[in-house]
Amino acid sequence: MSEVLALERVTRQYPGGVTALDDVSLVVTRGELLGIVGPSGSGKSTLLNIMGTLDLPSRGIVRIGGEDVTRLSDRRLSDLRGARLGFVFQQFHLTEGSTAVENVATGLLYAGVARRRRRRLAEQALERVGLGHRLRHLPHQLSGGEKQRVAIARAVVNEPDVILADEPTGALDTATGDSVLDLLTELHADGATIAVITHDTDVAARLPRRVTVRDGRIVSDRSAENEERSAGGTRCG
Amino acid sequence: MRLTPVDVVLLGLHGLRTRKARAALSALGIAIGIATMVVVTGVPASSARDLDARLATLGTNLLRVHPVTVGDQPQPLPAESIGMVRRIGPVEHVSAVANLHTVARRSDRVDEHDASGLTVLAGRTDLLAAVGARLSSGRFLSDATARFPVAVLGWEAASRLGVATVRPGEPLPQITIGNRRFVVAGVLAPVPLVPDLDTSVVVGWDVAERSLGFDGHPTVLYVRAAEANLEDVRAVLPATVNPRLPGMVDVSRPSDALAAKRATATTFGSLVLGLAGVAVLVGAVGVANTMVVSVLERRREVGLRRALGARRGHIRLQFLAESTALSLLGGIAGTALGAGAVVAYAMWHSWPVAIPSWVAAAGLGGATLVGMIAGVYPAVRAARLPPTEALASP
Repeated sequence: MSEVLALERVTRQYPGGVTALDDVSLVVTRGELLGIVGPSGSGKSTLLNIMGTLDLPSRGIVRIGGEDVTRLSDRRLSDLRGARLGFVFQQFHLTEGSTAVENVATGLLYAGVARRRRRRLAEQALERVGLGHRLRHLPHQLSGGEKQRVAIARAVVNEPDVILADEPTGALDTATGDSVLDLLTELHADGATIAVITHDTDVAARLPRRVTVRDGRIVSDRSAENEERSAGGTRCG
Repeated sequence: MRLTPVDVVLLGLHGLRTRKARAALSALGIAIGIATMVVVTGVPASSARDLDARLATLGTNLLRVHPVTVGDQPQPLPAESIGMVRRIGPVEHVSAVANLHTVARRSDRVDEHDASGLTVLAGRTDLLAAVGARLSSGRFLSDATARFPVAVLGWEAASRLGVATVRPGEPLPQITIGNRRFVVAGVLAPVPLVPDLDTSVVVGWDVAERSLGFDGHPTVLYVRAAEANLEDVRAVLPATVNPRLPGMVDVSRPSDALAAKRATATTFGSLVLGLAGVAVLVGAVGVANTMVVSVLERRREVGLRRALGARRGHIRLQFLAESTALSLLGGIAGTALGAGAVVAYAMWHSWPVAIPSWVAAAGLGGATLVGMIAGVYPAVRAARLPPTEALASP
C-alpha cells in the first residue's frame, strides 16, 4: 500500500507555550477512509490543518506524495493544495450569490484549468454527488445536506490525493449526516482517500480506520479488522 | 498557476455582484468626483467653442480707432480722417460714429434729466457692414433717410425706449432726441464685437449736422482690414487718422476682449478642476474604506480560497481587481453623468457641445488608478491572513 500523506514526529506549539500536537506520527495510504476522533480541544483540528498544509508544524516532517512540505514556499504549498488536496468543512463555506456549478468550479480555478473545462468538470462532480438537478441553484436555495454535497463535489472536482473532511456532519441532523457519510463511503469505494475529522464516536464507528486523538497525542489507531496499529503514542488520558 | 485576465475580471466583479447596494454607494463617491471634473472642463470648453464660432463669424479683423481722452475732453478726430483711412490699401471697410452728447427720450414729456442712460450717435450708413451688426427688425439708415429725423436703436436702447419691434406697414414709433421728434426705422440685434452700440441710438450724419449741432468730427472709426495685413494697418492708423497728433489716437481690437473672456473662463476652470480632483480623492478614500470592510467580512472566503489552492498573489489580485472594478464603474457612471450635464447645460445656452476627449480619458484612467491604489492596502491585508485563522473566523 502506497503512502499518500505522512506525519513524522510532528509537534505544533503556539506562541505562549500551548502544545496542540505533541510528537504525532501518522501514515495515510492510498484508498483509505479513516476517522480522526477526539473531543474538542484534543488537537484534531490542528492535526487537520497540518495535514492540509494550512498550518506548518513547529517540529517534524509532513510528507504529501513523498515530498516534505515543511520546506516549501507559501506559493508552492498553495499550488500543492490546489492540485493534491480536497477540503470539506463543517460550515460548507459556499459562496453566496454563486450557483452550485460556480462554487464547485472554484475548486479548479487555482489549478489553471480553462474556464469551460472547469464548468464541465464541475457539472460532472455535482452529478457524481447526486446533485445533477441542482446545478444552477444558489446556496440559499439548497438544504443543508445539499450544501454539504456541493462542498464535497468541490473537494473531489480536482481528483485530489486526499480529501480532508472537518466535521462534515457537524452542522447536519442525523439522517442527513448519515447520507453525507454514505456519499463519502461511496467515493471511498470508487478509490478516493478520505480523512474525516469528527468528535462524534457514532460517525467514527462507521469508518474502517479510527485514529483517536487526545491532548495532542494519538492514543489509539484501530482498523475495522480490530487490529491495533502502531501508534505514535499510547498514553491514555 | 496564473489566472487568465477573464478570471481576474470575474473575480473582481464577484464581490460587487453579491453586495450591490454597498458597491453602488461607494462607486457613487468616485462618480461624483469624475462627473464634476467632466462638467468643469466640459462647460468652459463648450463656452469657448461657442466664442470661437462667434469670433469666426464676427471676424477678428475689426479695429476700433478712438481719440485719447485728455482730462475730461476727448481730442476729436479730424473730419477728413475717414477718407484718409479708406485710402490705406488693405482696408476693406471704414465707418464711423460720433457722440452727439444729447439725450434720447421716449417722448418730450419725459424729463431731460431723467433720461435712459443711452448714447446718441451720428452714424455712417455703412456702419453695419463694418462692425458686423445685423438688424433685428426694420431698416438701417440709407443715404435717403440719413438726411431726415430717422433713428435706428440698439437692442438694449430699444427696450429702454419701449420699442419692441418695427413692423412693416405699421406706423413707425417715435422718440425724442434733444428736442426733436425722430421716427424709429429699425432695431439692431445685439452686436457682440461692439457692445456699446446696444445702448445707443443712431441717427444720420447729415441730420445730426443740420439739427443737432454736430461738428462733423467722428468719435470712433471702425476699420476692417485684410487679416494678413492687420498689424501693418494697425501700425499706420494713428498717423493716418491724425497726422499732426498721432499720439492722441488709440487703436484697439474688439475681438481681443472676447478672447480674453475665453481665457478667463479657462483659468476659472482649472481652479474648479482642482476641487474636482479633491472630490475624486475623497471618493477613493470611500472605496478603500469599503474594501477594508469587505476584507474583514470575507475572511472565511479568503481562507477557503487559500485551501482551494489560491496563492497570496491570487488573493491580492482578486481584491485589487474588485476595488479597480468598483472605481472604474464609478468612473464610467461619473463620465456619463458629467457628459449628460454638459450636454444639457450647453443646449440650454445653445452652445455647441465640447467635452475634451482627454478629460474623459483622464477621468476613466484616473478612476482606475485611484481604485488600484485604494485597493492595495486591503488586498495586502487579505493576502497576509493565515489560512487557518481566516477559516476559523466567525
